[in-house]
Amino acid sequence: KMTDGLFLKCCRHVAEQNKDIKFKEMYLDTVCLNMVQDPTQFDVLVMPNLYGDILSDLCAGLIGGLGVTPSGNIGQDGAIFESVHGTAPDIAGEDKANPTALLLSAVMMLRYMGLSPYAQRIEMACFDVIREGRVLTGDLGGSSKCSEFTEEICRKVRESE
Amino acid sequence: MAFRRALKRLLQEIPNQGSRCYSTEARQMVTMIPGDGIGPEISQSVKDIFSAAGAPVDWEDVDVTPVKGPDGNFRLPPKIFDSMDRTKVGLKGPLATPIGKGHQSLNLALRKAFNLYANVRPCKSIEGYKTPYNDVDLVTIRENTEGEYSGIEHVIVDGVVQSIKKITEEASMRVAEYAFAYARDNNRDTVTAVHKANIMKMTDGLFLKCCRHVAEQNKDIKFKEMYLDTVCLNMVQDPTQFDVLVMPNLYGDILSDLCAGLIGGLGVTPSGNIGQDGAIFESVHGTAPDIAGEDKANPTALLLSAVMMLRYMGLSPYAQRIEMACFDVIREGRVLTGDLGGSSKCSEFTEEICRKVRESE
Repeated sequence: KMTDGLFLKCCRHVAEQNKDIKFKEMYLDTVCLNMVQDPTQFDVLVMPNLYGDILSDLCAGLIGGLGVTPSGNIGQDGAIFESVHGTAPDIAGEDKANPTALLLSAVMMLRYMGLSPYAQRIEMACFDVIREGRVLTGDLGGSSKCSEFTEEICRKVRESE
Repeated sequence: MAFRRALKRLLQEIPNQGSRCYSTEARQMVTMIPGDGIGPEISQSVKDIFSAAGAPVDWEDVDVTPVKGPDGNFRLPPKIFDSMDRTKVGLKGPLATPIGKGHQSLNLALRKAFNLYANVRPCKSIEGYKTPYNDVDLVTIRENTEGEYSGIEHVIVDGVVQSIKKITEEASMRVAEYAFAYARDNNRDTVTAVHKANIMKMTDGLFLKCCRHVAEQNKDIKFKEMYLDTVCLNMVQDPTQFDVLVMPNLYGDILSDLCAGLIGGLGVTPSGNIGQDGAIFESVHGTAPDIAGEDKANPTALLLSAVMMLRYMGLSPYAQRIEMACFDVIREGRVLTGDLGGSSKCSEFTEEICRKVRESE
């Protein structure tokens, strides 16, 4: 009641000062129950540390795992964007890796830096390549090399100028 | 408690010749808390189905509406404690959240009175009730007495509060031992301890240590350890990889609801609270006041909880028949309540299960 109560009180306070954005409150267990039944009902979720650790990984799982999930750490004095998957030592140096997670994190970074048009083009190129399905790395179900996947995205980015 | 275990062993040793050989077995009394809203209807469904199965269970209904004590505060009626004290086994329907001050939480009171230390939720995909996930068959076992819900919070200074997560060796050992015993009794393969001991080195570390210790003494059951966030990540991608999961209180709260969501929600999920001095099985959905009294409710969650209860009481053959009848009806899909995608009444659904139960004798 005190700890999560304080967190909630602060959220409500900020909500009052941002009335153009809708505000909701939900118990963590209810969120989890609903998240696996219909994740489309959720938009932006803000929460304390431990719940965030859990939910962020849960939600990454919903879209395909850490290999395709971007991440950003925002600070008062700076920000660091990062891929949250592992180092994959078994395929390191073999031109098999999937750069999507790091790329989408870099896209987040571009938006943070106020360079949205570039973010938009790069993101769209990345999603187009994955959607078209012709040039995909192994983990995405294809057999292309990392460099081929990358070059395909580069191609699309250049085309979109 | 010792009598119950002896009876259970005795029943397990009797060769399975069908229900006939149980005709002289002792009838057992169970405390029934029908609850509010749809509670009375679904409780009646359970009683009807048990009756159709010939289960040797008698019911002692208890109304847990708070009563005003001499001090003016509302309290739970003593008869609930009296009843549970005698029967040691309870089945509980949904309770409405009480409005007003001075009310003691029933769940908390029951948990304390009967030392209910493990919350058990078997989550199995139900054929005929489609969800985005298939072939789920896991069990969450949640330590239910301490951890993040110890209720110990305090203000440090204005704007800074702290909460204490208490983990004890006693509670951790107890729930770990239960998890392995459950796995063995229910022919499960693997127990996985869910934790965050990388972050909470002392608390989750102690919990994990206890699990490892118990694992050592139960080498016939496989043991794994997994970080909670990894479990969640993997759970939504492939829940079939999980079997029995044991974890501290908060993680259990989260995971048990997550897993209930995978199989279709609280309306079809059974739940049991195991204690040293008794056990209470309960449906964990709401009271559904909008459909209460209209013969529209789905009794599945309470029925499957009652099935867990039968197994706990050493009456597995009845549990098996009732469970199978329930699953058959849902799979066949002809007689389903609204929430399951049909248009049948609660009573029709119940009668269909009764019919199948009688046929299976």
